Amino acid sequence: MNSIGEHLLPGQLGHFFVIFAFIASLLSTIAFFISSGKIQKPEHQYWLRFARIAFFAQVAALIIVFSIVFYICSNHLYEYMYAYKHASLELEKKYLLACIWEGQEGSFLLWAICHAVFGSIIITRRNSEMLKGWEAPVMTVVGLAQFFLLFMILGIYIGDLRIGNSLFSLTKNEIDAPVFLRDDYLKYVKDGIGLNVLLRNYWMVIHPPVLFMGFASTIIPFAFAYAGIRTKRYGDWVKPALPWTLASSAILGVGIMMGAKWAYESLSFGGYWAWDPVENASLVPWLILIAGLHTMVVYKSTGHSLRASYLFAILSFCFVLYSTFLTRTGVLGDTSVHSFTEKGNVIKVMITSFVLSFSLPSLILFFIHYKKIPTIHKEESTNSREFWMFIGSLVFFLTAIFIIAKTSVPLINSIFGTTIAPPEDVEFSYNKVGVLIAFIIGLLTAFGQYLKYKDSGKNYLLKKIALPTLVAVILTTMLAIFYPIEYDKRGIGFQVIIYLALAATIYAFVANAAYIWIVLKGKLLHGGASIAHAGFALMIFGMLISSSNKKVISSSSVNGIVMPAGEDPMTKEKDNPRENLTLIRQVPTAMGEYEVTYTKDSSGKEKGRKFYNLQFERKDANKNIRESFQLQPDVYLMKDNNFSSNPDTRSYLTKDVFTYLSYALNNDAIQDTAQFRIVEMHEGDTSFYNGGYIILNKVLKNPVNNKYHYKPTDVALMADITVVGKDSVKRSAMPLIEVDSLGVINYDDTLYAQNLYLRFAGVGNNHHIKVGIKQSDLPIDFVTVKAFIFPFVNLVWLGLIVMAIGLVISMLQRGRFSPAAAGITLLAVSCALVYMFLFANN
Amino acid sequence: MKRTHIIILVGIAAMIGGLLAYSLDFSTYDTIASARNKPGKYVHLIARLDKSQPIDYDPIKNPNFLSFFAVDSLGGQTQVIYKNSKPQDLEKSERIVMKGKMVDGKFECNDILLKCPSKYKDDKEQLQKSVKETTTY
Repeated sequence: MNSIGEHLLPGQLGHFFVIFAFIASLLSTIAFFISSGKIQKPEHQYWLRFARIAFFAQVAALIIVFSIVFYICSNHLYEYMYAYKHASLELEKKYLLACIWEGQEGSFLLWAICHAVFGSIIITRRNSEMLKGWEAPVMTVVGLAQFFLLFMILGIYIGDLRIGNSLFSLTKNEIDAPVFLRDDYLKYVKDGIGLNVLLRNYWMVIHPPVLFMGFASTIIPFAFAYAGIRTKRYGDWVKPALPWTLASSAILGVGIMMGAKWAYESLSFGGYWAWDPVENASLVPWLILIAGLHTMVVYKSTGHSLRASYLFAILSFCFVLYSTFLTRTGVLGDTSVHSFTEKGNVIKVMITSFVLSFSLPSLILFFIHYKKIPTIHKEESTNSREFWMFIGSLVFFLTAIFIIAKTSVPLINSIFGTTIAPPEDVEFSYNKVGVLIAFIIGLLTAFGQYLKYKDSGKNYLLKKIALPTLVAVILTTMLAIFYPIEYDKRGIGFQVIIYLALAATIYAFVANAAYIWIVLKGKLLHGGASIAHAGFALMIFGMLISSSNKKVISSSSVNGIVMPAGEDPMTKEKDNPRENLTLIRQVPTAMGEYEVTYTKDSSGKEKGRKFYNLQFERKDANKNIRESFQLQPDVYLMKDNNFSSNPDTRSYLTKDVFTYLSYALNNDAIQDTAQFRIVEMHEGDTSFYNGGYIILNKVLKNPVNNKYHYKPTDVALMADITVVGKDSVKRSAMPLIEVDSLGVINYDDTLYAQNLYLRFAGVGNNHHIKVGIKQSDLPIDFVTVKAFIFPFVNLVWLGLIVMAIGLVISMLQRGRFSPAAAGITLLAVSCALVYMFLFANN
Repeated sequence: MKRTHIIILVGIAAMIGGLLAYSLDFSTYDTIASARNKPGKYVHLIARLDKSQPIDYDPIKNPNFLSFFAVDSLGGQTQVIYKNSKPQDLEKSERIVMKGKMVDGKFECNDILLKCPSKYKDDKEQLQKSVKETTTY
């Protein structure tokens, strides 16, 4: 049935190309598979040629599908469910792309496009020295992944069973509502639901593509590991896979931290990392990838650790898939706030089959061939670099297993019927382990570089590392003296562990930075590894400092009244500091070293969004203002009737002031019924109201002060009034009346703390003026806020940038890039990262 | 695998094992009735707001005190004390996951997770409702 005004062609085309790409990916997979087994035979070339054509046909179809989805969303074709759910008229242009990856289907499409990009690179560079002979087996894996991803968005019916959720399904078929029975229903569906406001952030445009690029890129080391087994060139795959693994580590690492920065800027959980299942699910593959990266480097230099390289390369992609399963099938249920929920059982089965068809065969293949994978039987010496690198990889791998095991608890509950719930302080249960890991990894990274492969010799290490060790000890001591850790909630023992971790990260940073000069003689381009290590150490150091010395400045007092934070008799822990503070409009309130005033509220661009202006001022002993800035956290009533509170941050080089609303009254619905009571007053007169009195000091013509700026030619009168409330505090009010060619305008003045409105209502006889007094029956206007100071949070972002640049340098080095290409890549990556993390949103 | 290997691997395994044990301080999901039977023990409750009882929250007096009543699917009822700001959508929630412990017959909780109708757009019923609200004819 066609209805009036529907545009059905784009959807039909789009659906056609999805099916086309699905079939093409299947054909290319089969052809690549066959050709990878027929090397040296003449059919090989035919199969290969066919496989490439099929793959590129699939790539083209994906691009067309993506363009059509974009067309549908940007033209607000609400007859399509996807546009209805994710787009809306008010949505700014820059967020149109974000609409596409907000939904499950769009993010699968994005993922497939990322695979398509990597696959195309492999095919076009197939004759390069690195990739020769690897194209067919590697692309078999990539093609198969495409097949599964497209399967999820296929949207075809077999009987009543829907296979995959189409991007192009029609709203009227998806939603049961009487309006859709009408032929002209589009006239009534005026606007879509639109993008969730939490996602209306500049990071939402860039974070998902980078993250998915990272997820997608882990398939390449996996595919090479498979190719190693398939071609029986068991060890040869490591060399071509290494640059890809480095690129993948950089992209995925940056993608994860973009998510962290986004969370920090626009979610009100007060930080950049909350050990949420979705975050964990993205971190785990990265940790395993880094483990694999190190074992691969060990294999290339010494011949050790090949089996471990296989395992880690396989597992990092398997965990990408497992994470997809955890976050998209709804099994996490109550533990995650931002995972996708169930969309029926079919998609669950499909995702599960995707996970199993990659992880099971690859692991089985690995164990079947385990014995054939060459290994060196002579053990590594304990003063060799490879030995400690292997230990470090193992620590990373075990950390990953620990995190994923904890994250999987809801799944374990649902399988075994247990009722294990998360511990009292979820974040701490991760952090206490994380801090120890930071200590171990910090130490390993610090001295590992100074060891030589095979055997370092007794004195070599001691001689080279003496100076960095001394510097690190001095720096740590200075830190402990001048900037001690204030986090004492978990007792002195934990504080000591934090110091150990800090010392280890400082050591790692200093040792790796020094390595570039002491050993590499300043050759930065050979120091990719050292740069990445130093960056990683700096990032972890920044995390430790910014979280252990995070200060809650809205704490412990209710409008100046200090509430004692007692000790909990049960847990013997210090009680939760009272972290919320209520600010009454226009009443300055002390908050840490600042005096904060809630000055006004204003509506945002989107309907239902309200900004609250908070004026922060820091004064010195003489009451001079030393620092003054405004923060505008906002509250947004979303279309699905949920509130969202979004923080605002003032960023300094060494600290961030971070605040958000924890409670705001929604005044809009309440009508003020109180009326102005008019009194006639003379200069010097007093008049009473419920709760105090007002004094009319004088009447000024065309006033010029910090509130009004009138020229002598204007016609404006201002009443200078002093209000004395119950608390006998004097406040000043300046209502004004202006006459211009259009008529009379009243500028009322409001004393929110008293709920008192004053109006210059007119001029009476005998130099009397009419003053309107209204006592509103609205509740007092206030907001309740939480505010934190995060010190040195910029070190986290800076460390990340340095780490990513180090990884990219290594990639360029090992990937044999030409100097020109390497230079351009490096410059572009560095500029982009510095801009995005340190400048873009500040 | 020789001696040094094995020693160090065992050492690391033991350390990780120790860490795991040290961090396995999991709590449990309980009903209101079973939570009452173990006062002072940290548990998770899954319940719903009792709309027949008042919600007590006055941010001007104290922004860090909220009290309301919750009932669970087995008919248990308890007063809940939450020493923090009131979650914005408490009244609209259809399910509440609360973490805390029973103290003197009241549930003192330190974390609330709300499940509101359609936090997620994929919820069909909510989509139908939103269509009905936004289309007028």
